[in-house]
Amino acid sequence: MPVLRPTSVDQLLDILANDPSASLLAGGTDLMVEVNLHGRRPATVLSLRSLDELTEWSHRSGRVTIGAGLPYADMEKGPLAQLVPALAQAARTVGSPQIRAAGTIGGNLGTCSPAGDTLPVLAALNATIHVLHRDGVRDVPFSDFMVGVKRNCLRPGEIVHSVTVPVVEGWQGYAKVGTRNAMVISTASACLVHDSVEGLVSIALGAVGPTIIRATEAESWLARNVSLRGSLSISSDIATEFGRRVAAEARPISDHRSTADYRRHAISVLARRLLERAAI
Amino acid sequence: MSNSDTSNVEAYELRINGRNHEVRDSWIGESLLYVLRERLGLPGAKGACEQGECGSCTVIMDGRAVCSCLVMSASAVGSDIATVEGLGTDGQLSDVQRAFLEAGGVQCGFCTPGFIVAVHHLLDASPNPNDEQIKEALSGNICRCTGYGRILEAVRTVAVQRRGQQRGVEA
Ligand SMILES: Cc1cc2nc3c(=O)[nH]c(=O)nc-3n(C[C@H](O)[C@H](O)[C@H](O)COP(=O)(O)OP(=O)(O)OC[C@H]3O[C@@H](n4cnc5c(N)ncnc54)[C@H](O)[C@@H]3O)c2cc1C
Ligand code: FES
Ligand code: FES
Repeated sequence: MPVLRPTSVDQLLDILANDPSASLLAGGTDLMVEVNLHGRRPATVLSLRSLDELTEWSHRSGRVTIGAGLPYADMEKGPLAQLVPALAQAARTVGSPQIRAAGTIGGNLGTCSPAGDTLPVLAALNATIHVLHRDGVRDVPFSDFMVGVKRNCLRPGEIVHSVTVPVVEGWQGYAKVGTRNAMVISTASACLVHDSVEGLVSIALGAVGPTIIRATEAESWLARNVSLRGSLSISSDIATEFGRRVAAEARPISDHRSTADYRRHAISVLARRLLERAAI
Repeated sequence: MSNSDTSNVEAYELRINGRNHEVRDSWIGESLLYVLRERLGLPGAKGACEQGECGSCTVIMDGRAVCSCLVMSASAVGSDIATVEGLGTDGQLSDVQRAFLEAGGVQCGFCTPGFIVAVHHLLDASPNPNDEQIKEALSGNICRCTGYGRILEAVRTVAVQRRGQQRGVEA
């Protein structure tokens, strides 16, 4: 029977190791669109729905680990949202309530679209992706996980089990530009994290390059020009110049959603605003 | 949707509106929406976009409002599914259904079952929503006819009615 519902992660990994071409199914919000509209005909489907282990999250010694099967609706509010506010904001912008009830962070990583809303957050927080195979475990930094447009580094037989991010002292936020407020894939997005203890600002950009881009030159320029420990004080000149420098690191293209010029402009505005918000 | 080029899955059972239904001869990628409408004689959920954009196919699955067009049917074994057919009692309309009719929140009616399910789900979770919360909760449901004003009005009416009944019970 080709729709399998394994009841343990070990069982899932076993089946997948024997048949690496099987399609993993989490919330189905990407996979079913392909089946319904793009003629995808999976031979075997492995449903993750009954694996409670994948829908858990935990907080231990300053780090939060989130199961791949956690839906957006569970990141938007509650204690997890307080620990990782940027992730909650990103989750809140995904699709509609129905999509957020079903769609998962593991599915976002599986699809790995440059417009995936959780991905800039994972990049800005230097997330670790825990990858499982029947024969072993590997921890992959997000920067190595996404390797191209809709391409990740998963090898045959591997799944994303969970994601770990640090709990950071200081402001963090996510912002996205699209054509309307609800139900919109981003044309440009950014996540900014201020670590007020380490004195660091990181910013990651979505939908303006083949992968998520960390604007590392703008980050170090800011560190050279502003004191980043404790609370931030940012002049409007600094914020504008930061936006300009961030945009210079974007590599946008023109497509059916937007033009490269507009995307670059939007990124400069998002970066400026996020930095200004971090300083309030 | 055709089932010509794919293998079939073994028969399985779905639990819908408190009853078990056997599904036979379906192909692997079949959506819950298709199975409800075409195999189980439950045509309440409507199909329009089949890509999660319109909400006309909304059902409740394990307590969450989801688009049934994006649920792979055979993966829903073991879940509790509630459709618009399960809402009224003994052929009577539910309070939400009645309020939609009275407020003029139904015109062509295509979006209505999805809205009704989403509104029940909203009001069960938050009995006293403000307009912002109502709009947010219904942002995944699209209506091309009403302009939404009458739908909002229907939701407010039910919220007020239910609070009145609640007070009646408490008094
Ligand atoms: C109407 C609509 C609006 C949307 N809006 C947004 C939006 O605003 N922002 C956004 O980012 N996305 C959006 N999406 C896309 C989608 O909802 C997200 O990418 C979501 O995170 C996918 O998760 P899922 O659980 O539904 O994945 P699925 O569809 O179940 O799976 C997606 C892919 O990931 C793989 N996969 C799933 N779980 C794992 C795992 N644990 N390990 C390895 N691979 C895995 C699957 O095999 C599949 O290839 C939208 C989709 C729709 C239909
Ligand atoms: S038919 Fe399912 S959302 Fe449109
Ligand atoms: S009444 Fe016609 S689409 Fe809503």
